[in-house]
Amino acid sequence: MLFLSQCINGLQLGSIYALVALGYSMVYGIIRLLNFAHGDVIMIGAYIALLTIGAGIHPALAVGLTIFGCVMVSVLIEKVAYRPLRSAPRISLLITAIGVSLLLQNLVQLFFTANTRAYPSTAIIPIKAFELGRLSLSLSTIVTILVSVGAMVGLHLLIQKTRMGKAMRAVSEDTGAAQLMGIDINKVISITFAIGSALAGVGSVLYCCRYSVANPTMGSLLGLKAFVAAVLGGIGSIPGAVVGGFAIGFAEVLVTALGFSAWTDAVVFAILILVLLIKPTGLLGRGVAEKV
Amino acid sequence: MDKTMRGYRQIPVWLKYLINALLLCTLLVLGNHIIASGGVNRAQKAVILQIGIYILLAVSLNVATGYLGQLPLGHAGFMAVGAYAAALLWKALPKETWAVILGLLLGGLVAALFGLVIGIPALRLKGDYLAIITLGFGEIIRVLIINLPGITGGTPGLMSIPKHSTFLVVYITVILSCALIHTLMKSRHGRAILAIRENEIAAEASGVNTTFYKVLAFAVSAFFAGVAGALYAGYTGILTPGNFTFMTSINILVMVVLGGLGSMAGSIIAAAILTYLPLALQSFNKYRMVIYAVLLIAVMIFKPSGLLGRYDFSLSRILEKAINGRLFKKPGKAGEDHA
Repeated sequence: MLFLSQCINGLQLGSIYALVALGYSMVYGIIRLLNFAHGDVIMIGAYIALLTIGAGIHPALAVGLTIFGCVMVSVLIEKVAYRPLRSAPRISLLITAIGVSLLLQNLVQLFFTANTRAYPSTAIIPIKAFELGRLSLSLSTIVTILVSVGAMVGLHLLIQKTRMGKAMRAVSEDTGAAQLMGIDINKVISITFAIGSALAGVGSVLYCCRYSVANPTMGSLLGLKAFVAAVLGGIGSIPGAVVGGFAIGFAEVLVTALGFSAWTDAVVFAILILVLLIKPTGLLGRGVAEKV
Repeated sequence: MDKTMRGYRQIPVWLKYLINALLLCTLLVLGNHIIASGGVNRAQKAVILQIGIYILLAVSLNVATGYLGQLPLGHAGFMAVGAYAAALLWKALPKETWAVILGLLLGGLVAALFGLVIGIPALRLKGDYLAIITLGFGEIIRVLIINLPGITGGTPGLMSIPKHSTFLVVYITVILSCALIHTLMKSRHGRAILAIRENEIAAEASGVNTTFYKVLAFAVSAFFAGVAGALYAGYTGILTPGNFTFMTSINILVMVVLGGLGSMAGSIIAAAILTYLPLALQSFNKYRMVIYAVLLIAVMIFKPSGLLGRYDFSLSRILEKAINGRLFKKPGKAGEDHA
């Protein structure tokens, strides 16, 4: 029974990581950028929810505003900071992403101080437990898992079945050729950022509901873990991000349950290193042959 | 020598080294005198020492990033290993000059050993994957430090380390290290490393043992990061795992990229500016990190190759131009007058 409840716990954490990892993976797939600012977009989302609910706005609307805010911030970042560097060396793009991450963290710190704040999680998802035999499931766990699975299925359909999805796949396969076929690259990249950060907005609400706190640097560690999940599954691969997210979530819950909570980060990274050494492109990543 | 370069007087190599050595010695004596006579206050002295330590960190990371063309994100891990190794040795030994030197060497060697152990598997990967795997190793080193309180003092930290990092020690170590890295990069081995950066497949086809040179560059980078870590331990006197987070690695990387990948002068200047800037902005304390972030983004957008690009400062080159009366002419046109 304890094992089963830990599994569900892992499922909850894993689905949050998977949602965030999807954002990393989509952006990497399309412009080959490790978007370090992605975790901080999640932090921005947490503060938007905090403010709007604090102002007495209905929680459902607040969640909507959170997602909208994340999308706006992310699209703006892409336009202002990443677009001018599209033809620059990739390392400059990476440093810019780090700069954006620092900027977001410090702007929030400037306006809201570095203190940790209580997140109104109970206003969004009320505390309620369901008894299933001897197993107790909280409402937030159920909502998290259902919403994440729904979002992933939606994303899958969007990418596989729509015209925009096809364009996104084309751009990630070969940007130049896609452009020659008449695809508006800038529009596709903007939409990719928008979708990735909408998922981050959802992830932000679910993550904060689990831990009930928010602070300006919360995005770094969450971002780093989700990023590890994306690489573990094979960066650029959508199913890979989901698999990686769940793997990291389960590993973390398992290590904590066994009483080694101080070692969780080390275990997460050790798994990553092992997988990369055995299969250098991640679990579901495709290897690309090098042309000479 | 090119035919068109006839009549261009050159300074003999030994004289170039002599001029540089004399200048550095003068600076050392001058700096030491100013500090000994109380010309700078405590805060200024601290800034000078920090700049020295960060210069060494940036220059050492530049070996792996700028010269080898890889992107390691775990430099703080090597720094940490070197710092703890030297600190533990210094705590056990009497406060003598030989102990200081031994500690610096031990810090470097232990870090180089870690660099070897990490580099051999990690260098099988390329680009972003290498970045992530080194990031992972860096974090694992930090978690190990936290979870081995018997040796490292755990989260509260390792206290009362003898403060060996005086101006003299930092200056000599940094200059010697930079000189060693410079001569390495000008040697046959350095050219092999640069060849790998330019085109790994072509380098391999030309007979360069790419695996060996990649691991060598990685280990050299780790060695000097370890030495810098040892200097850091001797400067602060207290080490906590919080000093060596992922953000520390990022800060060092930012210095290297901002200065210009593959330019030692760039790394040195950027390390000095970026160490001094947050301290100078202390009076705008609330805004300083925001300013720092905006500056970083702006430099990258307007000058993606860094402040100096791949340009490297050379005093002898300028002197040679001066004695030939061509100081203000473009180097590309130097030969045309004689052609």
